[in-house]
Amino acid sequence: MRLKFIGALGVAALLAACSNDQANTGAATGAGAAVQPSGPVPGSEADLVANVGDRVFFDLNQNSLSADAKATLDKQADWLAKYPQVSVQIAGNCDDRGTEEYNLALGQRRANAARDYLTAKGTAGARLSTISYGKDRPTATGDGEDAWAQNRNAITAVQ
Amino acid sequence: MGSTERGYLSDREAEAFAELFSAQRAGFGGEGLGRRALLGGGALLGAGLMATPLAARAADQPAAEITVDQARTAPIPIVIPSFGAGVGDQITGVLTDDLSNTGLFKVILGSTGTGTPDFGPYKAMGARAAVTGAVTGAGSLRVEFRLWDVLTSQQIQGTAYTTSAANWRRIAHIIGDVIYQRMLGEKGYFDTRIGFVSRSGGSRNPRMRLAIMDQDGANYRVLSSGQTKLPAFNPVRDQIAFLSYATATPRVYVFDLSTGRQRILTEFNGVPLGPHFSPDGGTVIVPVARGSGSELVAVELGSGAKRQLTNSGGAINVSPSFSPDGSQIVFNSDRGGSPALYVMSASGGAARRISYGNGSYGDSVWSPRGDLIAFTRISGGQFSLGVMNPDGTGERIMTQGYTVESPTFCPNGRVLAFCRRTGGASSRDTIGTIDITGFHERVIPTPEGGSSPTWSPLNV
Repeated sequence: MRLKFIGALGVAALLAACSNDQANTGAATGAGAAVQPSGPVPGSEADLVANVGDRVFFDLNQNSLSADAKATLDKQADWLAKYPQVSVQIAGNCDDRGTEEYNLALGQRRANAARDYLTAKGTAGARLSTISYGKDRPTATGDGEDAWAQNRNAITAVQ
Repeated sequence: MGSTERGYLSDREAEAFAELFSAQRAGFGGEGLGRRALLGGGALLGAGLMATPLAARAADQPAAEITVDQARTAPIPIVIPSFGAGVGDQITGVLTDDLSNTGLFKVILGSTGTGTPDFGPYKAMGARAAVTGAVTGAGSLRVEFRLWDVLTSQQIQGTAYTTSAANWRRIAHIIGDVIYQRMLGEKGYFDTRIGFVSRSGGSRNPRMRLAIMDQDGANYRVLSSGQTKLPAFNPVRDQIAFLSYATATPRVYVFDLSTGRQRILTEFNGVPLGPHFSPDGGTVIVPVARGSGSELVAVELGSGAKRQLTNSGGAINVSPSFSPDGSQIVFNSDRGGSPALYVMSASGGAARRISYGNGSYGDSVWSPRGDLIAFTRISGGQFSLGVMNPDGTGERIMTQGYTVESPTFCPNGRVLAFCRRTGGASSRDTIGTIDITGFHERVIPTPEGGSSPTWSPLNV
C-alpha cells in the first residue's frame, strides 16, 4: 500500500516536473522568439501547449483564478489575439473527490471562469466554447493530492 | 441502437399482473371464479409469458405475518427444491440467489420437486416455508410453482407460468417476488433491471456507454454507443433518460426501451446535467449550468414546458429527487458554502438545509418508501454512502471507500445499488448493492466497468 502510494506520488511528481518544464520553455521562448522551423506550427494546438500553456489549475471545490492561472490566461489571450482565425474549446475538469453530477457543474463553472477572463481580455466570445467533463477526464490517475491537484483544471484546446 | 430483444411487460400487462397479486392478497381462492373473470383465464405477462393460478391442494392460506425487520434478525428458513434437471435446476439456482442475497431468507436445498411435501422433516429442521416446482416442455416452458406454509401444512399460493424457454430467468425472478411478497407482505424487487454507464478503455478517457442488465447482472446489453452520463429510469414507464456527450453539445435524451428510439428532451438556455424523474414519470428535473452555477429546471415530458425551480445566484444546484408523494424535492447545493443537502417544495422556492456533518454531501435520493434519504458524503478524502431521515436526523453510514457514490433505490426501498471506485492507477468502477441497514454488500458482475446505476421499477 505504502509502495503503491509512493509510486503514485512519483508519477505525479514526474508529471508536475513535465508541466513546469513546459511552462519554463514557454517563458524562455515565448515573447517574440522566432519559432524554429522544426517547432510547432504557429497558431496550432502544439504551439499553444509548448509556448503558451494550455491549462490553469484550481483549488479544491474552487473556481477562483490564482495569479498563476491569470498569467497563463493573459498569455492565452495574447496568443488568441495573434491568431484571430483560431477558435478554442475550454474544458473544465475536476478531481474525483466530488460526486459525478456536482463535478459536472463544477467543471462547467471552471470552464466558464476561464472563458469569462479571456473575453474580459478582449477575445471574442464566438471564438470560445466550453464543456465540462467533470471527473471523467483525469490528467493524472493517482489517488492522492498531487494527482487531484493536476486534475482540477481548465484546459484550452484548439478546435 | 438495438431494439429490445426481450419482451417486458407493457403498462396494461403490468396492471393485470398487479391485479393478480392484489386479488390473491385479497383472499381469493386458488381457482376463484372472480380472478378468472378478472384476468380472462390467466395473466399475459408479455412475450408470451402467461401466469395461471393452480388448483389449491387445500384452500390457499394467507401468508405468515413476518416483517422485513424481523427477517433481518431471523432470516426465514425456506426449502427450495430442484425444479428438475436442466432449466429446472437453473431456475432453482436463480431463485435461491435472489432469496439468499436479501439476507431475509435462509434457503435450505430440498429434494421434493412436486406433490404435497412431507412436512414432518421440514418442521423438524425448523423450516417456515417450502416451495415445490417442476418444469415441463423445451421450446415452450410450463413452470409450476407452489408455496407452502410448513407450520400449517397449507398451500399459500400456486401458479403455473407458460413462456418461451428464453424467459426462464424472468420466471425465476417472478417466483422469487411472489415468495417475497407472500412471506414479508411487501412487493419484491427481483424482476427488475438496472440501467448504468458501462465503462471501458481505462480511466483517463473512458468509453462510457448506456447499458442495462437484470438486477443480478444477467442479460447485460449495451443500448447506445455514444458517450453517456447520469442515466435515470422512468419510475412508471419502460424508458431511460440520460445525458449524452455524443456530440459537441451535451443534451438530455429520452430512450424508449420498447422501441429502441430516442429523442432530445428539449433545448436549454445553458448546459444540461443529469435528468431526474418525478414519481409519476411525467416530469424530468434537469440542472442547467450557466455562469458559475446550475439551476434546477422542471420539464414536462409531454408538452416540453419548462419551469425554473431554484434561483440561487451562481450556486450549484444538482441531484434533485422527489419525495414519493411528489410534494417535496431534496437536492444538493453549495449555496451555503460547501455542498450540502436541502429540501424544498416541489414547486420551488425557499429551501431548508438538512445535512450538517463535516465535509460535503451530494447524490441526494429520496427512498420510494418515503422514510429515508440516501446520500454520498465526502470527508477527509474518503467517500461514505449513508441514509438519513427526511428532516436530517438519524444519519447513518452504510459503507465507505475511496469512492462510493450514485445511490439508487430498488422499487421497494430496501436495497441500494451504487458505484464503487477503487482509485489509483489501476482504478476500476463497479456497481454494487447494499441493504439499507449496511449489511449484505455485494458486487454485481459486469463485463466492463460500471457507474451511475439507476434501478428500474418492478415489472416494467
